[in-house]
Amino acid sequence: MKERLAYARSTISPRRAAELRAEVDSFHVEYCAALDANDIERWPEFFSKEATYRITSRQNALLDMPVGLVYCEGLDMITDRALAVAHSQMFAPRHMLHVLGITRVLQETGETISSQTPFILMQTLVEGPSTVHLAGIYHDRFVRDGERLLIASREVVHDTEILDTALAYPA
Amino acid sequence: MYQSQAVIGITNARKNPPLEQCVWPADALNNIPDWVYTSQAIYDQEIERIFRGDTWNFVALEAEIPNPGDYKRGYVGATAVVIVRAEDHTISVFENRCAHRGAEFCRSSHGNAKEFVCPYHQWSYDLKGNLQGVPFKRGINKVGGMPPDFKNAEHGTRQLRVATRNGVVFATYSDKTPPLEEYMTKEIVQEFDVPFSGRKLRILGYCRNELPCNWKMYHENLKDPYHATLLHSFLVVFGLLVPGIKSIVFADKEHGRHGYMASSKPDQVYATVDADDKAQMRSFSDKLRLRDERFLDYVREFDSPWSANMMTMWPNLIVQRQMNTMGVRQIIPNGPNSMVMQWTMFGYEDDTPEMTRHRLRQGNLMGPSGFLGLEDNEALKFVQEGIRNSSTDNNVVKLDAGHQGTARNLISESCIRSLYQYYRDVMGIRVAEVAA
Repeated sequence: MKERLAYARSTISPRRAAELRAEVDSFHVEYCAALDANDIERWPEFFSKEATYRITSRQNALLDMPVGLVYCEGLDMITDRALAVAHSQMFAPRHMLHVLGITRVLQETGETISSQTPFILMQTLVEGPSTVHLAGIYHDRFVRDGERLLIASREVVHDTEILDTALAYPA
Repeated sequence: MYQSQAVIGITNARKNPPLEQCVWPADALNNIPDWVYTSQAIYDQEIERIFRGDTWNFVALEAEIPNPGDYKRGYVGATAVVIVRAEDHTISVFENRCAHRGAEFCRSSHGNAKEFVCPYHQWSYDLKGNLQGVPFKRGINKVGGMPPDFKNAEHGTRQLRVATRNGVVFATYSDKTPPLEEYMTKEIVQEFDVPFSGRKLRILGYCRNELPCNWKMYHENLKDPYHATLLHSFLVVFGLLVPGIKSIVFADKEHGRHGYMASSKPDQVYATVDADDKAQMRSFSDKLRLRDERFLDYVREFDSPWSANMMTMWPNLIVQRQMNTMGVRQIIPNGPNSMVMQWTMFGYEDDTPEMTRHRLRQGNLMGPSGFLGLEDNEALKFVQEGIRNSSTDNNVVKLDAGHQGTARNLISESCIRSLYQYYRDVMGIRVAEVAA
């Protein structure tokens, strides 16, 4: 069971990893800024056309269970999710704050970069304290689009075993 | 257990009356007093009379523990139990509490074991929860140890009765609980057998969330079709449940405690709603359209008139079937002001890979981030927050007044009325006399 999310050694040199980390950092800075500004309709802009996106628990990941709190195949589904959150869903107003740890770049093959980034997602409800809403690791695959990186695949694997009420915005 | 509102939002003492002060308003059918949701004394009695009473409690799906030695942690009411398949393939359910000093000895969410050993003093239990070994039972050099009359057989874990139907496992504390099918009643068995026909299940995964609301609100939510067309704009816009479509809110004929809300989706993707109904629904939008319409594909896989059926089985199970996304939800009560929901999503072993992906895509409707699931969670939180410290104490359930039990129309609270009539009876709650 441990093998599935086991520590995997990076396959690239520390120098190259540092260069790529700077690129991934630049991506994350904008990704988090858009979501932390509650600008959910910009969220799809960070994904490639064929991108997949899933939020799932560490328990599911270890058991190789495919279910997702959010499960999107392709940019159209990602856009549908963004529009539903922005225009159709009812939930209490809240602010989300992404706090990211240091990105590990694991692999570079051609135009794709694989990396892992730990995150803590803080949530603040009206008149509420700021609470750790979700803690986990992004397991990412990026592709190049000119100067930018885009997500080809993001698996948000969270340690949090009991979610407080609901997860309204994507992580 | 986790609780999100432990420090802020302490409940007003007036909302937490002792049992003798819990008297239902005289017009009992049309009113629900707040203390039903906020009294610790009521909650404690619910644990005794309902979760440990003559009820079958959902604990697991057999597909989670297919092989001898497979186990999972679970709950009956708020009590931690272990669900295990023994060498003879039978399933046992016993409390996760060492008979010696009370330690919750099974710590992994699931696994495979030959025995269970309490880590504190290494008392060991077999796969049915019987005490096997006590270290130094006869002391050292016959000094110390248990008295000669100590019998392992008298010191096992607390074991529950178990019943299964088509891969679904239930447990009860009571010797008087009738056989499962009789407990369910005929019509509930029929609808239960649609997703659980004996076809082998494949577990697709889990999620778990804490809801700062009373556990009964989740039952009410699924006996309340009124909210569905108003709160869930997604259901309405995409024609999954709109005024005028074929639907039913069913309450079991014997007690009114189990029930289901079922509907039959018309064939077109987007709903057509007439102008009068549209004006009543603030959440309705003609403009909302999906870019990826695969999401709404409905593969007719069951012999059932209903494309969606949300079933509640008293006291802790919800069977969810919305088009092709399926799951069971277990209610774990967590004090009067909180509950934990455990969601287990499933498909079938013989599903094609594409069918599994279809179920997963459609799964976006459900769960704590689901297009529908999220909104129920939020609404129920608002209700509990509203009642905990308000100066008024009453909820009105007068829609479709004069009717109880099954309703064919969506603007009805008739099933909520029948549930609480049953509840008052089980709980022995007095109704106030009408003033002269």
